[in-house]
Amino acid sequence: MSNDTNNNPSLKESATFDRATMAEIRRAANTGIYDIRGFGAKRKVPHFDDLLFLGASMSRYPLEGYRETCNTSVILGDRFAKKPIKLDIPVTIAGMSFGALSANAKEALGRGASIVGTSTTTGDGGMTPEERGQSSKLVYQYLPSRYGMNPDDLRKADAIEVVLGQGAKPGGGGMLLGQKITDRVASMRNLPKGIDQRSACRHPDWTGPDDLAIKIQELREITDWEVPIYIKVGATRTYYDVKLAVKAGADVIVVDGMQGGTAATQDVFIEHVGIPTMAAIPQAVQALQEMGMHRKVQLIVSGGIRNGADVAKCMALGADAVAIGTAALVALGCNDPKWDEEYKAIGSAAGFYDDYQEGKDPAGISTQDPELMKRLDPVDAGRRLANYLRVLTLEAQTLARACGKNDLRNLEPEDLVALTVESAAMARVPLAGTNWIPGQKF
Amino acid sequence: MMTVDLAAQSVRDLNKALHECKDNLTEKEWIVTNPKGNHNIAVGLDADISVDVHGHAGYFCAGMNKKANITVHGNAGQGVAENMMSGVVRIKGDASQAAGATAHGGLLVIEGNAGARCGISMKGVDIVVKGNIGHMSCFMGQSGSLVVCGDAGEALGDSLYEVHIYVKGTVKSLGADCIEKEMRSEHIAELKSLLEKAGVDENPLDFKRYGSARQLYTFKVDNASAY
Repeated sequence: MSNDTNNNPSLKESATFDRATMAEIRRAANTGIYDIRGFGAKRKVPHFDDLLFLGASMSRYPLEGYRETCNTSVILGDRFAKKPIKLDIPVTIAGMSFGALSANAKEALGRGASIVGTSTTTGDGGMTPEERGQSSKLVYQYLPSRYGMNPDDLRKADAIEVVLGQGAKPGGGGMLLGQKITDRVASMRNLPKGIDQRSACRHPDWTGPDDLAIKIQELREITDWEVPIYIKVGATRTYYDVKLAVKAGADVIVVDGMQGGTAATQDVFIEHVGIPTMAAIPQAVQALQEMGMHRKVQLIVSGGIRNGADVAKCMALGADAVAIGTAALVALGCNDPKWDEEYKAIGSAAGFYDDYQEGKDPAGISTQDPELMKRLDPVDAGRRLANYLRVLTLEAQTLARACGKNDLRNLEPEDLVALTVESAAMARVPLAGTNWIPGQKF
Repeated sequence: MMTVDLAAQSVRDLNKALHECKDNLTEKEWIVTNPKGNHNIAVGLDADISVDVHGHAGYFCAGMNKKANITVHGNAGQGVAENMMSGVVRIKGDASQAAGATAHGGLLVIEGNAGARCGISMKGVDIVVKGNIGHMSCFMGQSGSLVVCGDAGEALGDSLYEVHIYVKGTVKSLGADCIEKEMRSEHIAELKSLLEKAGVDENPLDFKRYGSARQLYTFKVDNASAY
């Protein structure tokens, strides 16, 4: 690896001990504590960029790109719920907590999602009036910590998401450090102000899939079987987890890949636990198909979704919808270069900021500081998010029409090829220019 | 008085009828017969009513209760009164694990013994157990009070926040950051009130108090062995 700082071509940087690695060793030696940060995995893993669509030509018939309709709506949760959710676009906002995010950020997410007819999701810490008020469709997360959990909010929700894990830290609980536990956050979570809050990694009142089936039934009883119940898992043993989730009675399954973000956890967790989103989808779809439940139990996938191509590729692999978190925050203004000087003042830079746990976000998003929070206008930020969601949808429609599909959910694995052997094996689509899917017979 | 026989009607029928009491309170006293260990009996109530369950209840009985006074004349399964917000839940027999888990308010009385993780992650509820409680009880307990007239199992109050724990008998072991604390006059008064509310005839002076040492509230590298 070449050196780019001293203009001395004889200096060679180690690929194993690069500067970031050595900086982390020094940091660990100085502090004696693991690195805690937000964001998602930063290492390069096989991702949707490694897939390409096969547009229509002679053997397939394309749709007119600007005139012929391409449906984007999807109904979630019609397996058992009296009131399933209808989304106008198949891109939802993933669970992010008030506490991790400012009230203005939560409101902005609700505003943006509602403009385009999709849902937002609460997080660890309960439901705020701001997000319920601004979210036309709100999914209420039921988490191991049960912070802020109460039956009144449960009944206000349009769906309930039982969280077993998330892609950034499958097997780990949440974390909210003391600097973000303000009076309001502490009050919602029944905790003393200013302490480091550690969320449990597993639910306190059930211990396995058979118990979970009873728990889901309890939630249905309390809400009179009206709203859909989702189960969210971090992507690891996805095939088995999805089968168990279906058996437990889920209406919708959310699979969050390792690129999914978090507000705070150990860096070693973010980078070394879980599997890439692209690898998880075929496992989930296989499980659903084997049970005869594909499209009957809907599949939402998340983790590293950035553009309409990612959306379309997820759906081609068999997802019914996707969820975005990090990208939504960027649309609101996270890591915006206009705050670069302030990012630098706290030891980061625009485009690199991931210390969400510190509560010093210059963009006013991952903070509880009243002065910083004021920087985020929820109306303007909501509009930006709506614009971004529209672009994702238009891009996905563009690709679907090119493949001759009048519904995003008509995209299929047959429309895809892979650029690398790894991505061909994970996504279970042929290597470009071949009929070869690693692990499968010709 | 309304009687619902679960040998003839479903748990769904029962809960639907009980939920309707919130907006249309025509009957304040309810009797449930033949529960036969059914799960999710009387969950999500939100009305000033009394429900007497004559027999054993399965998982999550009285879950997320608000206002109602629910009595199980038998044993209760896992997660009884989980996430209760208010009201009173009384178990005449024993309760399985995770009794009162994450409950935010109200009073849970267990006249027999409670299993493991009693009061796990409790958030304001008061729990009074006439018998013993199992291991890992009050794990990550945040607020409220846990009174144990018998013995407590291993790792009581592990990673405790601000729950007041009172135990009359022995404690097999304390969890991380849980310590015995001085029993001051305000604690004796609090315990006396709790025992009276629960209808338990015990002398508060026979109890010891346990609480958080508050050493794990913020991460310190010197405490790494406790994590």
